[in-house]
Amino acid sequence: MFIVELSDLQGLITALQGNGYAVIGPTVRDGAITFDTLNSVDELPRGWTDVQEAGSYGIRRREDDALFAYNVGPHSWKKFLFPSRLRLFAAQKAGKGFEVDPAPTGTLPRYAFFGVRSCELAAIAIQDKIFMDGKYTDKHYKTLRKSACIIAVNCVRVGGTCFCDSMNTGPRAKAGFDLALTEVMADGKHHFLVEVGSPLGKSLLQKVTHREAQDAEKVQVDRILKAAEDKMGRTLDTQKLPRVLQDNFEHPRWEDIAKRCLSCANCTMVCPTCFCSTVEDVTDLTGDHAERWRRWDSCFTTDFTKVAGGNMRMSTRTRYRQWMTHKLSNWVEQFGTMGCVGCGRCITWCPVGIDITAEATAIRENSMSTLNG
Amino acid sequence: MNRKTQAAEVEVLDPMTTHPVLIRKTIWENDDTFTLTLDMGDYGQGFRFLPGQFNMVYVYGVGEAAVSISSDPAKPAVLDHTIHRVGLVTTALAQMKRGDVIGIRGPYGSSWPIDCARGKDVCIASGGIGLAPLRPIIYTLIKRREEYGRIIVLYGGRSPLDLLYRVELEKWANDFNVEVLVTVDRGDSSWKGHIGVVTSLFQYIKLDARETIAYVCGPEVMMRYTVDELDRRGIPQTQTYLSMERNMKCAVGFCGHCQYGPTFICKEGPVYPLPRVRPLLDRKEL
Amino acid sequence: MEKEDLSEIMRQHPFLDGLAFEHMQLLIGCASNARFADDSTIIQEGQVANKFYLIRSGRVALQMDVPGKAPVRIQTVGPGEVLGWSWLISPYRWHFSGVVVLETRAIVLDGECLRNKCAKDPEFGYEMLRRLSRVMERRIDATRLQLIDLYDATGGAPR
Repeated sequence: MFIVELSDLQGLITALQGNGYAVIGPTVRDGAITFDTLNSVDELPRGWTDVQEAGSYGIRRREDDALFAYNVGPHSWKKFLFPSRLRLFAAQKAGKGFEVDPAPTGTLPRYAFFGVRSCELAAIAIQDKIFMDGKYTDKHYKTLRKSACIIAVNCVRVGGTCFCDSMNTGPRAKAGFDLALTEVMADGKHHFLVEVGSPLGKSLLQKVTHREAQDAEKVQVDRILKAAEDKMGRTLDTQKLPRVLQDNFEHPRWEDIAKRCLSCANCTMVCPTCFCSTVEDVTDLTGDHAERWRRWDSCFTTDFTKVAGGNMRMSTRTRYRQWMTHKLSNWVEQFGTMGCVGCGRCITWCPVGIDITAEATAIRENSMSTLNG
Repeated sequence: MNRKTQAAEVEVLDPMTTHPVLIRKTIWENDDTFTLTLDMGDYGQGFRFLPGQFNMVYVYGVGEAAVSISSDPAKPAVLDHTIHRVGLVTTALAQMKRGDVIGIRGPYGSSWPIDCARGKDVCIASGGIGLAPLRPIIYTLIKRREEYGRIIVLYGGRSPLDLLYRVELEKWANDFNVEVLVTVDRGDSSWKGHIGVVTSLFQYIKLDARETIAYVCGPEVMMRYTVDELDRRGIPQTQTYLSMERNMKCAVGFCGHCQYGPTFICKEGPVYPLPRVRPLLDRKEL
Repeated sequence: MEKEDLSEIMRQHPFLDGLAFEHMQLLIGCASNARFADDSTIIQEGQVANKFYLIRSGRVALQMDVPGKAPVRIQTVGPGEVLGWSWLISPYRWHFSGVVVLETRAIVLDGECLRNKCAKDPEFGYEMLRRLSRVMERRIDATRLQLIDLYDATGGAPR
């Protein structure tokens, strides 16, 4: 492990850019911490933090100059790897038929994600399973993913809706990064403890001024991260949870949730693992040119399960049940892991503050099955 | 500021790219169902499918629909799709003519297992357009008729005029020793066949429970009742297969639409062994 | 036909499967054998219902008469099935007509004869009712399925 001083951090961004990466990192925009192109350390949300609770989000000024003293915002990295809109192909009229042009326009960027939280590493690993590890490969995703560089940042504080500890996905990044930083501000010092996660990370670090970390500095970080772990905003008991939800398919709680849920789909949009999409077909006015686009979809939309002659899920009750049961139960059978990483976004960004951890607990505590968790 | 970025190696989205093929003919099976025969052309080179699999059928500028292949798997260069005219895409398809071009990608999904039926009796229970995804397995069975015991086709439709493949049903019965029993929900005095739900046909056939493989496809309610009927007749669940339907956008497990409990119908289905879906059939709005 | 022959035929009918010997004897006393030609009407909607038919072969369509329209055929019954239970339920009138679609052979049981025996021998009566209830239950199920217009719903399998 190594130490990089605050004053040398710019060197990392410069090194990434020198390697041809489009660096993306957190920045303050529209009253939230979002992701955008990052050219300079100065563009990071220095001295900002966020306050998150069920149904509410805000950013506040801090009394120090911390660069990463906030948690996840409304954006997740999926917007880069799995863009919300993507052209699948274009077609040109040709005689009575048409010709298909499958090549995407332009070229795909090589992203360096700067400031990826541990829960988000887990979310990326989950989307990898969906788009790259099955029988079929989403080559757009795979191209972006394989060429991306990941600079993780450990959470030295946790937010009001965080529960990564319960999902075993944080707050400390364990794998899946090229470099992982922990911001340390104490005793007049402001530096970053750096862990190397890959040969790429190692070569990047070579281009940045750094030194070996002393044992005391490592221990200090362990202590900071342990303290964060103990302050989780939420907890979710995952013990036998997949089974509990299957056994409570007709639990009255679903109806209770449906009375509050607006079916707005916010939870699925902010979720870093939600992967549902739909397609749109468009033509120009002459009809000579047609395109097929993929865009994010949500299991909360009314059309989602429409079939000839009906709709398989007709109510908010059954749509919410699908979403939550998928996340916390069916996902395990499908992909060998839960579809929730405990980032808390769905709780924060739900306009009526529905809390997945509270709902799961309510169902477990009043389980209709003999099994009691 | 250094903004120069290198381009990543670009690969295309193969599984989502459609391939133009030619319509050879349209046959209207009834008022709102038609069979499109497609000349697969270049895309047909190397195109193979198994009975029960489906394609994504694309109409230029309009959209895609998942449609089961309803023709003989031994002739993959010319494909039939029997299509119910209900939505935007299928209505567009209904208006297309010989020589028009549509897009195809596939085949996707699981198939009716055939090996388990060798030396056994086969009972095929179908309703409405559910006969279409079963037609490829019927072709396959009668091609090597001697390798199977009894072949029974139970088929229910709304009215005599709604029935699919009427000529072929007779041909299978007359030329291939297939026991074909057809019933309709409504018939007039000119209809000499059965009237009633498809499950009522089971009382006219005696099944050798341990020696029978059952393939079921039709409206979900019909399948639920059929599965109960098979159960009542002692056919082990492991010998029954059925084909499910859900909304599909991608057919390759990416879009999430076709989830049926823990399964994706496009990947694990549409054909399932009954034990896999039996508990799911009773879950409303799953 | 001799009563012994009839007894053998009756024993083979699924409706009477496993019926006790003494109950079979009671039934035989009310039974006769019949054959109905194509297009003949076995029972007529509104008429007195005094017969119970165990179909041995052929096909009979149950239909409702709709004024001004062709009759609506609800269902067909065939070999192994039964036709009519209005003989059991007051006021003993047919609620539908039964028209032969394919030449039909049936065992005909006299309704009044059956009713009297059921009344006299409750155990026999219960056995008859038990068997009829099963038929009725299946018919109600079938009618419900027809009501929801199955084939307008989804088709199973992608299409």
